[in-house]
Amino acid sequence: MPTVKLSFTPAPAHVRTARLVGVAVARRAGVAAELFDEIRLAIGEACSRAVSLHRDHAIPDLIEVALADDERFTVLVTDRAPIEAALGQALADPSDLADTVALLEPGGPADAADPAAEEAVTVGMRLALLAGLVEDLSVRPADHGPGTEVRMSWPTTAGRNGSAGRGSSPARGPSPARG
Amino acid sequence: MELSLSTRTVAGYQVLEVGGEIDVYTAPQLRARLISLVEDGARRVVVDLGRVEFLDSTGLGVLVGALKRLRGVGGELSLVCGQERLLKIFRITGLDRVFTLYPTVDGATADNPDGSS
Repeated sequence: MPTVKLSFTPAPAHVRTARLVGVAVARRAGVAAELFDEIRLAIGEACSRAVSLHRDHAIPDLIEVALADDERFTVLVTDRAPIEAALGQALADPSDLADTVALLEPGGPADAADPAAEEAVTVGMRLALLAGLVEDLSVRPADHGPGTEVRMSWPTTAGRNGSAGRGSSPARGPSPARG
Repeated sequence: MELSLSTRTVAGYQVLEVGGEIDVYTAPQLRARLISLVEDGARRVVVDLGRVEFLDSTGLGVLVGALKRLRGVGGELSLVCGQERLLKIFRITGLDRVFTLYPTVDGATADNPDGSS
């Protein structure tokens, strides 16, 4: 069950809003502070991906972000782009990074700085970052209608202690609560 | 926080100091500034990421594009980055092998054999 849901028009300016909200909910959910940087980046990348898919296909529909703090802090980013478009991107794999490096070799294509090549590099970097940062990551067709869902999750301290019982160790309460 | 961009010359290098967040919204400003530097004749460019608080794939794409553009005209681009959280991004993407990364601006501009130019 989502704790916070956020929908935004596919504009780059809103990606920052999604990042800020995402980290705020993660903090509230009890995610360890050292994970905030990667959560911020991963939510940004998932939302940037959705924005670029919507813009490439002139889809004005809202992009949805659902944030839940159950056993784990879970983020679900849903786009409405044709499934083939998303799969085309998903097929990029780490070997493409080697191609990126090859493009930079002396004597490489002279037009390598064109916008399409830069966009291809960005997509490759985006997928590399998502795969490299997020241990629990899945991309699958959306449940309803066209589009794909990027699902990511991170442990919370509540989830980690869940089976032992959250209230079972009152003596180890955090000291800042004194007073 | 918005992107801040300022340029200065150090030992014959054009040093572009970037501050704030480089993301899908602000990266076009960075791209435009780098393109205008090259069009104005800069060939040895250092991008100082020391005050960058956030960097995403769009920003990486812009930096790779600038590197290609500069190499295409016989120039060179290097980066200044001492922040572990940004260095991690370069390592994950393999771009630490593509860019020359220096911890300080002094380091990035010190290897110029004719720094008096």
